[in-house]
Amino acid sequence: MTGLLYALASFGAFALVSGIILAIAQKVFHIDGDPMVDKIDALLPQTQCGQCGYPGCKPYSEAVASSQAEVNHCVPGGERVMLQIADLMGVEPKELEAEAAAPMLAFVREDECIGCTLCIKACPVDAIIGAPKQYHTVVADHCTGCTLCVEPCPVDCIDMLVKPELIEHWSWPLPETKRAQQGHERRDHHASHA
Amino acid sequence: MKGGIIMPAMLRKIAQRLGMLQHSFTGGIHPDMHKVTAEMPIEDCAIGSLLVLPMKQHIGDICVPLVAVGDRVLRGQKIARSEGYLSVPVHASTSGHVVKIEEHAIAHPSGMGLPSIFIEPDGLDERDESLIPILDWENREATELRERARTCGLAGLGGAVFPTFIKLVQDKRFPVETVILNGIECEPWLTNDHRLMLEHAAEVLEGMGIIKHMVGAESGIIAIEDNKPDAAAAIQQALDDRDDMDGVSVVVLPTRYPQGSEKQLIYTLTGLEVPAGKLPMHIGVLCQNVATSKALYDAVVLGQPLTERIVTVSGDALAKPANLRVRLGTLMRSLFARQELEDFTDIQIIHGGPMMGERMKQPDVPVVKASTGLLAMSAEAMGAAHTVEQACIRCGHCSEACPISLVPNLLADQCRSEQFEKAEQYDLFDCIECGACSYVCPSNIPLVHYFRYGKGQVALQRREQVFAEASRKRSEAHENRLLREKEEKAARRSRVRKTHAPKTDEAKADETKPEKKAAAEPAAVEESK
Repeated sequence: MTGLLYALASFGAFALVSGIILAIAQKVFHIDGDPMVDKIDALLPQTQCGQCGYPGCKPYSEAVASSQAEVNHCVPGGERVMLQIADLMGVEPKELEAEAAAPMLAFVREDECIGCTLCIKACPVDAIIGAPKQYHTVVADHCTGCTLCVEPCPVDCIDMLVKPELIEHWSWPLPETKRAQQGHERRDHHASHA
Repeated sequence: MKGGIIMPAMLRKIAQRLGMLQHSFTGGIHPDMHKVTAEMPIEDCAIGSLLVLPMKQHIGDICVPLVAVGDRVLRGQKIARSEGYLSVPVHASTSGHVVKIEEHAIAHPSGMGLPSIFIEPDGLDERDESLIPILDWENREATELRERARTCGLAGLGGAVFPTFIKLVQDKRFPVETVILNGIECEPWLTNDHRLMLEHAAEVLEGMGIIKHMVGAESGIIAIEDNKPDAAAAIQQALDDRDDMDGVSVVVLPTRYPQGSEKQLIYTLTGLEVPAGKLPMHIGVLCQNVATSKALYDAVVLGQPLTERIVTVSGDALAKPANLRVRLGTLMRSLFARQELEDFTDIQIIHGGPMMGERMKQPDVPVVKASTGLLAMSAEAMGAAHTVEQACIRCGHCSEACPISLVPNLLADQCRSEQFEKAEQYDLFDCIECGACSYVCPSNIPLVHYFRYGKGQVALQRREQVFAEASRKRSEAHENRLLREKEEKAARRSRVRKTHAPKTDEAKADETKPEKKAAAEPAAVEESK
């Protein structure tokens, strides 16, 4: 009987001490916000295009982290990003809804621009420069191709061009052998059935 | 080292481990050398009717044209200036008129192009004499000579075209002790360096003197493979003729591919290994190609910028191979036409050597500083190699052949299945793409092609990551700015209200103001969210 009491007392004391340590640890090592959000945000392509239905990459990662959104809404990220997010969240991968378009680039036809600054305000990554009643222009290196500047332009002088392929960014394709191509097909097959 | 040729790979490896061999890089292969042009003197190739000079013929940043359409240019005149540090200018390779400045296909496996300057030669071949020859280079500052190497557009002529002047530097932290001139030329078919050493031995040696003077090195080695005894003899003769070349020696090495690769050569000659991600400079060695040394001589002693190079035009589909002295910008089609090859059906054009060279999509591509050789190979000879890839049988030949002790079959599997992180752990990026593994593979696996694919994909992902990170920062800055602007606006509005409020309503204004301000602020915060 005393054995049982000892056991209860010692375990009770242990639980109490652990509880105190945990309570302190929670205060000391407190993290603001959800670390998952940042992890997902780091995977997203940061185009801020809103194609996922959220006003930017951060809001979408918040929605995914809180399980309010599916993992397959990021269009420019494509299959790779979807798989990475699914892996991070520990959920089943889902088929993508829309195929990612070729990377685009906004281009302002400068002689038609009236300098209204509306596109500058719309650009989520500050890639358009200009001042009121001055021509605006897109900094090509910073443009994510999100198309958000096209809509607000009152004179429709913004074109979305296909991003030119640079020779420095060219990379070798897979070998044209059957095995190399089959490997690819097999992988695609697995991905779609996983 | 001496027994390297006859010993089988495995025995050599064991001997090496036991320290029985002094030092000699691991792996390597002995392909058929096909040096059919070895006995053929260098011929001067006539200047074509059009020269196309791409704005980038080196590793690094692209150049900016200095001339306009219609301008007359002289041979050796700078027609494009270098932008950024890692770059060298481009010079007109003959006198003539600029007829066009637009994109033209370059020697690149993608078949894509770069902005290029088109020059129509006027046949006079007048030189730009503005650069003064420096005959007393022994008494000149290294920095002056270095600037000369840069203005003359020198880039490594062994094929890698790294801007030469960058290597020719005296760094107190890493003093260069040994200068190595690379006359190995281990690629089959190519004989351009061989002929250069034979016919320009004195210039090559003088170039060595200049390099040694510039970096302050004590000793120098000119490394030549034993399949070029005449070249070694010529250099040795030139060395004996001079008395100011103390510490310089000619070393003849047994033929083995890829001995001409910088890191492998340095190890074989000095026993020092260049650590991954480091440069030869960090272990006190400087390596230059013999042709670069000759070009440095031309630049310093003759005051001539780099406007021509020696190109081996050869291959099994070419009836009349040759070693040609070619002006940069000459179209490959005209070179082949000179050697009586005009029909390119079922012929593959290789730019560089057969092991590391790249297949060109078409022959209308200009010769550039990197063009060591141009090979016309029959499609059957090339096609047989790698069309039918079979399963890996784990024979291990590729690992034995690899000069940097990688495991090529494993790496290829990882690249094929896109496990790039794993491939990186297995040192994919240490691969020098020498092609020894692909050469020995009995299953015809295009191993190097897989590595190039893998490296490209990793580079692409990294680039995307960097771009995404930059976009995220800009987007955050954008949001923060909007927020701040709203707050400022709200603050201003409330201030204006306060100062312009009617006197009679002072009490009322005082009452409402804090409320309004308080209401405005959260509203601003909410909106911007």
